[in-house]
Amino acid sequence: MARATGCLAVSLGTALQICLLFGTASLLSVGGGNSVVPEIQLRAVDTYHWLSAAQFGDLFAIAQAAPGPSMLLVTLVGYKAGGVVGALLATVAMILPAGVIVHVVARFWQSSSGARWHVAMERGLAPVAIGLVAASGAIIARTTEHSPAQLALTAAATLVLCATKLNPLFLVAAAGIAGWLGLV
Amino acid sequence: MSRDRPSSDVSLGRLAATFCQIALASFGGGLSAWSRKVVVEDRGWMTDEEFLSAMTLCRVLPGANQVNLAIYVGSKLRGPRGAVAAVLGLIAVPVLIVLVLGYLYFRNGSVPATQSILRGITAVAVAMTFAMAYKTGAKALRSLPAWVLCAASFLLSAVFRVPLPVMLAIVAPVALWWAWPARPDASP
Repeated sequence: MARATGCLAVSLGTALQICLLFGTASLLSVGGGNSVVPEIQLRAVDTYHWLSAAQFGDLFAIAQAAPGPSMLLVTLVGYKAGGVVGALLATVAMILPAGVIVHVVARFWQSSSGARWHVAMERGLAPVAIGLVAASGAIIARTTEHSPAQLALTAAATLVLCATKLNPLFLVAAAGIAGWLGLV
Repeated sequence: MSRDRPSSDVSLGRLAATFCQIALASFGGGLSAWSRKVVVEDRGWMTDEEFLSAMTLCRVLPGANQVNLAIYVGSKLRGPRGAVAAVLGLIAVPVLIVLVLGYLYFRNGSVPATQSILRGITAVAVAMTFAMAYKTGAKALRSLPAWVLCAASFLLSAVFRVPLPVMLAIVAPVALWWAWPARPDASP
């Protein structure tokens, strides 16, 4: 299906498909944006034929590498489906439904501070949250770090960040240069 | 470390700029670690305890975790308009960058090679995540039950790859039972 990407015009049908797909994905994305990637892939590739599976894989990698949340994958899929307008529609549709829920729950949560159950949740779930943070580090390391040099860099940087107040940007810059030079 | 005025005085522009800074700093990953560093350490908008509970809340609710966190912080400081400002700050520049990359990709069939640079940066992003666990753990993990809860969560999530809702169904009741305060005003 040929689409004029980059063009501002988008057919009403495509616009509705974009809003429906990503609006639904927004509500289904419990546990983070990555949980609905398989569903988005199925719809965008097999149902709507906006792009090929290989292109979807490449867009996923681009969204991971670019700054900001990796759910901006939907911006790229929307862009392929309906140009810049499609990209913006997809982004808003992916954020708005879940965002309204988060806003309402956040207000309720904040207004209940001091209640026993609030104190218990804040105190009891802190160790759980820390376990989850460490787990996400381990999971990312397992999928992205393939060389001993990378693991050594992670270990050294972890020590430096734990022991000093050094701005992490210095380490990020140094690591980027090391990568560019082929050292890791 | 600069402290802001009472949180409700934070301007919408400052909220947006703060989340823009977080988004751009997190090139290559480490978005939640950057969020904590800026929101808790640099701006002093939240305590570590509130940040951790907000993070868990944002993981459980639908939506991308980091977008949700921006909404949480924005709502807390400036209500609905704060939430919109924080999200716009978080995604405006990244959306532009992603659109340029997408344009180049569909035009040339590839993107400018950044793979080797990213290899180094990702390694540091992982280090930031571990360091965040260390820094928050130094305050919150002060008893054996806390350590056990933390270790159980790590193992279920990273080693056994149990989905988050299932993992919370197992761990959260124990955590709440352990943390239930004796009196309504008991501080943790």
